[in-house]
Amino acid sequence: MITAGRIVRLAEPDRAQLHFFLDGEKRSALAGDTVLTAMLGSGHALRSSEFGPEPRAGFCLMGACQDCWVWQDEGPRLRACSAFVTEGMKLRTTPPENWP
Amino acid sequence: MSETSVSRVVIVGAGPAGIRSAATLVEAGLHPVVIDEGNRAGGQIYRRPPAGFVRTPEQLYGSEAAKARALHALFDRLAKDGRLTHYAASSVVAVHERRLHVLGESGVQMISYDRVILATGASDRVTPVPGWQSAGVYSLGAAQIALKAQGVALGRRIILIGSGPLLTLVGAQLVKAGADVAAVLDTSPWRQQMRGLGGIAARPLVALRGLALRARLGRRYHAGVTLERIEADERGVTAMRWRDAGGRQRLSPCDMVGMGWHLRAETHLADLVGCAFTYDEQWRQWLPKTDEMGRAGNGVYLAGDGVRLLGADGAEIAGRLAAAACLADLGHPAPSTAADLRKLARLARFARGLACAFPWPVEMALALPDDAIVCRCENVSAGDVRRSVDFGGGEANRVKSLSRAGMGRCQGRYCLLAAVELVAAQAGCTPDTVGRFRAQAPARPAPISAFLRDG
Repeated sequence: MITAGRIVRLAEPDRAQLHFFLDGEKRSALAGDTVLTAMLGSGHALRSSEFGPEPRAGFCLMGACQDCWVWQDEGPRLRACSAFVTEGMKLRTTPPENWP
Repeated sequence: MSETSVSRVVIVGAGPAGIRSAATLVEAGLHPVVIDEGNRAGGQIYRRPPAGFVRTPEQLYGSEAAKARALHALFDRLAKDGRLTHYAASSVVAVHERRLHVLGESGVQMISYDRVILATGASDRVTPVPGWQSAGVYSLGAAQIALKAQGVALGRRIILIGSGPLLTLVGAQLVKAGADVAAVLDTSPWRQQMRGLGGIAARPLVALRGLALRARLGRRYHAGVTLERIEADERGVTAMRWRDAGGRQRLSPCDMVGMGWHLRAETHLADLVGCAFTYDEQWRQWLPKTDEMGRAGNGVYLAGDGVRLLGADGAEIAGRLAAAACLADLGHPAPSTAADLRKLARLARFARGLACAFPWPVEMALALPDDAIVCRCENVSAGDVRRSVDFGGGEANRVKSLSRAGMGRCQGRYCLLAAVELVAAQAGCTPDTVGRFRAQAPARPAPISAFLRDG
């Protein structure tokens, strides 16, 4: 189900639903959502700042600020604003333990 | 790493400038290579949503729909007919000896060029507001991209801050789309906006359209505000604290703040390729040096907001001009440029008017308390920057090394301009004497594995 997150969907509602996992919990998104849209559709942050106490939720959405990098259970880190969410994707707001 | 031997003119960026450059080269019989970070050509202002989205260009781009449609159709036709080679979702991360290091999904590849046209565009020009590191603070461009390319608002109750055409435009677009915009706070007072009218009148239709958009904002719009602090709790933004033009304290609840003061030219690649820069007093930023056609020398041409902040219409013209210069230098018959140069001069008058009417709020940067964050990437504070000046002197790159402002993820894109103002004030000199942060490769974060793939 889609729980209340940071973003509000204003248009383009008639897209196929898909599922992904966020920190192990199953969440819904729509086909064509970026990872950022998907994560903030049901959450309020993408990651924590490495240098302060505050959570981060992206800033520029055009690939310039690099604020929105998130992790996957397996596979490379993703820039949430430019990567698209895919069915079954396992996303994390914290680095996996074996992340270098 | 693989070596790709391809056409010798490479264009970086597929926004209005890059697309017009490409079309001009194709018309002259060349086969350009176009490298762009977007999944589909269009750039930021004419950014296209992913496949499967159904809003029309009229809904997405309003009064600019016809221009967007024309550019998209032109590029798609050239790509489909095999008249150009398009590397989508690809970033140029470095340049060395006329070879671009291009990061795509399959790793890094080298693309060599004889001539390169950089049409790298711009990003929002922002200045720190205490609390801007909080989750829920975005650039104005981000708010627009979210709406156009994803159909979403980045908050349930939105406050926009800054100054310039994008402030009004994004506000009006969000209101029209049904977002809850609580306030649009412009740091430029009315009397300052009037001072720019002479220049803005160079494009009367655009000026009228701007006024109509402003009218749509109604009582949400406030001119001449002072921005004090973005309040936040452990989840993110909770309110904007500001003073109105009369000096009255205001606290407006919100969960999203969008900020921007015009644009900052994206000059990273121009710097890496060795362009000379000059300090532009009008925009208070360093811009690459070119002739009126966009020639930067050494086989490099620049076009669009990455070199002169004239907006999308100016970018289309500059794209054609840079390509014409490139063709002339290659010994091809070049198209006539007189009309384009005249149009560009008019757009430059308009841009001067805008820069005057909606100025960069230097005094705001200088008034930052020591504990305010300047560099969002690594939470370097205004105090850290000021202390590094006391310790190492008023030179931008020394401050960068000492304070780490400009060494984080964004490589200074969002803190550089404010940091330079702080350094100049602390050192008692002007921003142009402070210098600029030197750009370093990679221009985008790149995993080591991308460079190692083929041994």
